[in-house]
Amino acid sequence: MKARVIVYPREEILDPQGKAICEALGRVGFHEVEEVRAGKSFDIELAVDSRREAEKRLNSMCESLLANTVIEDYEVQVFDGEAP
Amino acid sequence: MKCGVVVFPGSNCDHDVYHVLKHVLGQEVEFLWHQETNLHSCELVVLPGGFSYGDYLRAGAVAALSPIMSAVKEHAANGGLLLGICNGFQILLEAGLLPGAMRRNRDLRFQCEDVLVQVERNDLPFTRRYEIGQVLRMPIAHSEGNYTDSVSGIESLEAAGQVVLRYVDEEARRVDDANVNGSANSIAGICNADGNVMAMMPHPERCAEEVLCNTDGLSVFSAVVEVASEPARASL
Repeated sequence: MKARVIVYPREEILDPQGKAICEALGRVGFHEVEEVRAGKSFDIELAVDSRREAEKRLNSMCESLLANTVIEDYEVQVFDGEAP
Repeated sequence: MKCGVVVFPGSNCDHDVYHVLKHVLGQEVEFLWHQETNLHSCELVVLPGGFSYGDYLRAGAVAALSPIMSAVKEHAANGGLLLGICNGFQILLEAGLLPGAMRRNRDLRFQCEDVLVQVERNDLPFTRRYEIGQVLRMPIAHSEGNYTDSVSGIESLEAAGQVVLRYVDEEARRVDDANVNGSANSIAGICNADGNVMAMMPHPERCAEEVLCNTDGLSVFSAVVEVASEPARASL
């Protein structure tokens, strides 16, 4: 089963990378950009039988390694076919 | 005193710490490879600076799951002395041995310079040779030393007096300019509630000999050695 995990800085945490990217976008003419939060994504293939099991395992992966929940939030997406 | 310096793939201050403990202070020291599962009865364990696992994912995140970390956690839980320096600090946060997390430095730069830090606790095994309020000059070298936690996390850290070192200016003032990496409350070093685990971003092992024209960091190590030689150590 294919999945994607997105990890991004929590709302209340200042994101120095996102801020720098936001300013850089302004410099190249994208003045409408008000805020950027820079995160990471992981495409993961799992050998599990059900979507539910995949979600459960992926959440657990986020809690133990993929995200640092002190400063980051995460989102888990499980795909039926190919990842978009 | 038997000391252990943990070596992760990518550690690069391991030899510096080894050198200070062994050649400057004459202690028994050994390197502990990250794949090991016991600490060879070391009384002091140091997690040194460097770029364990190339800082992949987040600084310290992969190292925090190394086989040796179970033994390190057990050591800390039993009151054993544990010091994390720079990447070692990041690893201790990722391992949950100390609260909080590190973000990229405020200016997004790798910062390699001397900084001033003020001592706020001198009742710890690592800081008892300093005075409260003493300002130390120490080098830093990191990209991710911007300490943070939730608002309530910082509040409880402060309330419990677990801040050991803070970035200050020449007049010992806690000002924004002196807060090199943008850390919450200018925090440069913290300890656990029991005081047997301490971590700091500056590198005391890089300023522990006269030949380096700065010995401000030596007392971190000499204090621990002194504590270990006292019979009352058992009561810590």
